[in-house]
Amino acid sequence: MAAPAVEVAELVKRYGTRTAVAGLSFEATSGEITALLGPNGAGKTTTVEICEGFRRPDGGSARVLGLDPRRDARRLKPRVGVMLQSGGIPPDARVGEVLRLAASLYAQPVDAEYLLVRLGLRESARVTCRRLSGGQRQRLSLALAIVGRPDLVFLDEPTAGLDPQARRATWELVDELRHQGTSVVMTTHYMEDADRLADHVVIVDHGRTVAQGSPAELTSQGAERQLRFRARPALDLDQLLSALPPGSTAKESPAGHYLIEGEVGPHLLATVTAWCASHDVLAEDLRIESRTLEDVFLDLTGRELRPS
Amino acid sequence: MTTAPLLSPAPGAAPLPRMVVAQTAMELRTLLRNGEQLLLTLVIPTLLLVLFSLVPLLDQGPGRRVDFLAPGIIALAVMSTAFTGQAIATGFERRYGVLKRLGATPLPRWGLLAAKTATVAAVEIIQIAILSAVAVALGWRPSGSPLPVVVLVLAGTAAFSALGLLMAGILRAGATLAAANLVYVVLLALGGVLFPLSRFPDGIRSALELLPISALSGGLRAVLQHGAALPWQHLAVLLVWTAIAFTAAALTFRWE
Repeated sequence: MAAPAVEVAELVKRYGTRTAVAGLSFEATSGEITALLGPNGAGKTTTVEICEGFRRPDGGSARVLGLDPRRDARRLKPRVGVMLQSGGIPPDARVGEVLRLAASLYAQPVDAEYLLVRLGLRESARVTCRRLSGGQRQRLSLALAIVGRPDLVFLDEPTAGLDPQARRATWELVDELRHQGTSVVMTTHYMEDADRLADHVVIVDHGRTVAQGSPAELTSQGAERQLRFRARPALDLDQLLSALPPGSTAKESPAGHYLIEGEVGPHLLATVTAWCASHDVLAEDLRIESRTLEDVFLDLTGRELRPS
Repeated sequence: MTTAPLLSPAPGAAPLPRMVVAQTAMELRTLLRNGEQLLLTLVIPTLLLVLFSLVPLLDQGPGRRVDFLAPGIIALAVMSTAFTGQAIATGFERRYGVLKRLGATPLPRWGLLAAKTATVAAVEIIQIAILSAVAVALGWRPSGSPLPVVVLVLAGTAAFSALGLLMAGILRAGATLAAANLVYVVLLALGGVLFPLSRFPDGIRSALELLPISALSGGLRAVLQHGAALPWQHLAVLLVWTAIAFTAAALTFRWE
């Protein structure tokens, strides 16, 4: 069993009086994609930047490939690829030049031309970086992180600001990296990134780990399925509930939209439709849904909008 | 059809010389493509040299004007590249996160400094070659030997680079841009570049002689105009500036 790619334990980082990371712990298994998922300001970037050696923690520890990110920086730099959340690209240099320079800092880099084509930057190779769109810049940043064929890459918000096509291309590339043996640690606040890509999801909020597991493990906690339908408003839900197995819940929100949670199985479905038939109610859009990662995320981190 | 290139892990740093050469080539290309930089490092010094050599606008003292002007303009060229250009470029590199990103690659910090130094040296060689050719065409007959000139230019480069990095390390990029240009103009006027410091009253003059630009222009003039060996006093002023600015820069410089 290989040592973990990243091991973070009880990590603490303060900026003045603000605590950005408050005792966060997680482990990224070697050869897997680990996603740190959390709202803006949850402490994801600070955690990753400590692992990259850019910041010193105020407490706890971070080990990267079994080494200390700051003390062993010289041994780690060639083995770890870094995609910054923003910046890092010289605006006056040309796209191709920037990638070729990055390649020349490594012993056996990926062919720069191949990466340009792969990330849809071939036509922009001779353009100065200041003229790139946000999405193109994002893709160049990703290319810079992986061109050195690292053992481990940190990708900070790799899909932020991408259009659907570019997002898909990024997913495919990250997935391929994993299949070829690279460990990936990425941050994101998009559910879909974590759902599609991650082997292991770490949900982070207020600088702490609030849950972790595979997407399947996370979504199977709590109510597994739910039944939804639309019908005329103000049905007598108490009456419906009395026909359902104990432990079920039913609510109407907004008016005319019904949600039933509990042991959603064939029996419950039959009971609901029978009850509707006996009350001359036509249940429209009747469907049984699994709990999504988004439901888990919102349950854990709250549904209210946050400042920042 | 060829097989797709591998993305599989094969980590490793390139040999250090290759990294430094690649970084230097990149810095040099970006710099030579930058119009404002070329204006500062080549166009303005060349125009000043030609204009003030041909037209008696200022009293440069006894002797031919070009013999007085050429060493001063070379000092100005060194300052423009090592100080002004470097301060502005480094300030913006920090603002754009370029220094931070380089910090995540195998290129060590001193490898980056080596690349920046090599870039400054390469630009200075180009500047001095062009300015000397123009000066000779205007009738310049330098005296003295090349060795003290090289020593003075190296000391001046060290002092101005350290000052440039110090400024880029403490000010925001926009403020660095403004301040570096201001310093360029002020030192151009007060540093014995276009006219001798003897035009100033004694008290002011002895203070101005302690400026790095005056030490470099005065030292170069002592060698190239008057055939002196190594002007120790001027060299000492440059070395003191280097020591102070380098220490301060090392203490205050931020990579991001």
